[in-house]
Amino acid sequence: MDSFSALVGGIAGDGINEAGVTIGRILNQLGYRIYMYYDYPSLIRGGHNSSLVRASKNKIAAHGEMVDVLIALNQDTINIHEPRLKESSFIIYDQDKVNVEGLKQKGCGLPITSMLKEEGAPHIMRNSCMIGALCKVSGISWDVLELVLTKHVPKALELNLKVARKGYDSAVEFFKVDKLDQPPLPIVQGNQAIALGMIKAGLGAYVAYPMTPSSSLLDFIARAASDFNLKVVHPENEIAVVLMAQGFAYEGVKAVVGTSGGGFCLMTEGLSMAGQAEMPLVIMLGQRTGPSTGLPTYTAQSDLHFALNAGQGEFPRFIVAPGDAEEAYYWSGLAVNMAWKYQIPSIILSDKIVSEGVYSFDQAAAGEIKEEPVSLWTGEGKYNRYQYTKNGVSPLAFPPVKGQVVKVNSYCHDEYGVTTEDGKITSDMTDKRLLKERALAEEMAGHDTVKTYGQGRTALLCWGSNKGVCQEIGEKLGLKTIQVLVLSPFPVTKLCEALKGVGRVISVECNATGQLARLARCYGYRIDREVLKYNGRPFSLEDLEADLKKALSREVRA
Amino acid sequence: MSGSKISSGGPGVSSSPSTIARPETSASLATSPNMNPRKLGTYTKNTWCPGCGNFSILSAMQTVLASMHDEDYPLENVVIVSGIGCHAKISDYLNVNSFYSIHGRTLPVATGIKLANPDLKVICFSGDGDSLAEGLDHLIFAAKRNLDITLILHDNRVYGLTTGQYTPTSPLGFKGKSTPMGTEELPMNPMELMLASGATYLARGYTHGIDLLRKLFRDAIMHKGFSFVDTLQVCVTYFNMYETYNERVYEVQGNDASSFDEAMKIARSWDYNNMEAPIPLGKFYDIDKPRFDQVFLGYELHPAGRDAKIREVLDSLI
Repeated sequence: MDSFSALVGGIAGDGINEAGVTIGRILNQLGYRIYMYYDYPSLIRGGHNSSLVRASKNKIAAHGEMVDVLIALNQDTINIHEPRLKESSFIIYDQDKVNVEGLKQKGCGLPITSMLKEEGAPHIMRNSCMIGALCKVSGISWDVLELVLTKHVPKALELNLKVARKGYDSAVEFFKVDKLDQPPLPIVQGNQAIALGMIKAGLGAYVAYPMTPSSSLLDFIARAASDFNLKVVHPENEIAVVLMAQGFAYEGVKAVVGTSGGGFCLMTEGLSMAGQAEMPLVIMLGQRTGPSTGLPTYTAQSDLHFALNAGQGEFPRFIVAPGDAEEAYYWSGLAVNMAWKYQIPSIILSDKIVSEGVYSFDQAAAGEIKEEPVSLWTGEGKYNRYQYTKNGVSPLAFPPVKGQVVKVNSYCHDEYGVTTEDGKITSDMTDKRLLKERALAEEMAGHDTVKTYGQGRTALLCWGSNKGVCQEIGEKLGLKTIQVLVLSPFPVTKLCEALKGVGRVISVECNATGQLARLARCYGYRIDREVLKYNGRPFSLEDLEADLKKALSREVRA
Repeated sequence: MSGSKISSGGPGVSSSPSTIARPETSASLATSPNMNPRKLGTYTKNTWCPGCGNFSILSAMQTVLASMHDEDYPLENVVIVSGIGCHAKISDYLNVNSFYSIHGRTLPVATGIKLANPDLKVICFSGDGDSLAEGLDHLIFAAKRNLDITLILHDNRVYGLTTGQYTPTSPLGFKGKSTPMGTEELPMNPMELMLASGATYLARGYTHGIDLLRKLFRDAIMHKGFSFVDTLQVCVTYFNMYETYNERVYEVQGNDASSFDEAMKIARSWDYNNMEAPIPLGKFYDIDKPRFDQVFLGYELHPAGRDAKIREVLDSLI
């Protein structure tokens, strides 16, 4: 088979995320490309968590509703996910806890709770037992499972292997997942790809206050800190976060901050300061369902206009919305480089899906990212922090500089950096800052700021995490997919090129008001239809296909 | 004279990873065209009101910096950070490295600078509205972390630039523009607060006592850890306290500055409200404690190994 899908479900505390990743790693060893959607409520113990792992021969970044195997650690999993079952689906369940009466699908019940008791294994190891059974059921050899567990189980490996073996031996082969002729790839969470891209581009410090879905970025970088000489700080709030990052930048340390909408609200005065003071600043903004607390652990694409307009006054900013792990890696690195090259704020506009989604990651395909040179003061004459230049970018110097003074200022200032209220200098400095935007836009002309997939007279216009689902369904329905990666400066020319030969445009977004469509309309583009989803969940393949068919049929009638 | 050390990539650019090329520091400033330690002013016109207490703070700081220079301390290593308010103009008036930040946010900026380069002397100038209202969270955390920075509080107990509203240290009944009938809340005692929060150096100065101010500023800057100098700075326009202060202030003598209890007793002897109580000035507290800026000292930069390490991380995720 070319693709395979499994869902594992249980309560928070059952290790459902890790179980999903382990299944992904096993399929990865067989040469499959993986995408995992992890669905969980905002609580620590209890509730219902599920990991939906999808494996395919080709690179994917979307989930489907239906599953080949359902792994149920509790009754809720059956009750909630029954609609995902096909006639051919197979159910693996803890028969001590789960009742599958009335289901017509084949299944395999294991007395897992009692099996664990026999081995003296803790409750959390039910996962290993289930995954053992999954491997047997799907004809995956024990060696593959043993390899994955040996590499990734941090403690009590022997016992885990024993429990997994028990699960493996208790089940029977039901179908066979073929081994593909492709090498395995790293299986990463989107936030890990973001972190590695930033590290590649010279990250020196990461400052953040925890907030879903950015917390795992803080987590990963904090653990990687000593390996990469990173200064990781978790201060009192996001106001301190964004200011601290600019303190680091004053000393030439490339600092990044991470947050979600609520934290970004607190950062806006600091963002505006970075605009006026021309401080390089990088913000990873992971969107989740709003307004306000909204759904803390669910997704949305509703902060596009907030990111575009946050902070008082007018100043250039770089905003990029990656759509999968490779783009997260490459563009996060580029966001760091652009912030430093142009001394502006860069925003990596992620969401719950990109940040917490799990992907096969192909570093070679992601594109080469390296730390780019920064405009530095040559050491001649008197240093002026805000010296006028052709492209608006003033050379940087970082204290201590012998005999020189470095003055950074949030007020309107002159070239030296002291405050002025002079009208001419005020407008000259504004022009200087806007020059940088022009230079950045020119540089972006050399990048794939708009990507297209497939061909068709009708195009799907998307951004961020909808890339994967649009790409797959677009291909299936014969539609062109246009993905806008850079949202600021808006890639007007590239979008025009992408729209050549396109008659109808349908925007596909996870928000209620069609924010990209609105932005595109500001630049004079016609968007014919909007297919929107705003219940906190990402589009599944089936969702989008059905919604598009509806939209297209309305189009025909019109 | 030599400027920024460029590591590679030709003039004006550096391709050195992670930390960008740093210039060498030197104690010798004799030939410097731009920084004169004897005259640390800039070309900017001073716009403080005549008689403003801020002049004393500026003058005291200039003297302290000049004396540091005389002792071969390179003034390039000094960075001052200010918030927003009358006090903050000191960033424009002192010709040393500065970061003129926003209202209430001196300390997080200073924290970033200090953590990035622990060799710098980072001095914050902040107002009472700035640090005790808008940015109080940062003040408590700076003390809690005992980061090696200094905060000089221009405590005029009134908002000046917004033309006369009460602040956290204004006395009960203060009639300001936002409280025409008088405030109905008691003032905050920042000394008590700072002691409780973990500051390791605490002093109070008065802008009509420049010798003591110089001594305290210098002492605070030299202190290793978070130092806080509450400076009773008189706002002649909106809250002229010269007469009251002149009558009440006295310098504490012979106190045991290593004793928390004694420092607390002194701090509590004046509550910023009682107009009759004597007002203690001088050093209240001075102890040594582990500092937050020491946290990252163990890390080493391996720029050549960065790519290899990324590959190692990715391999571990297969």
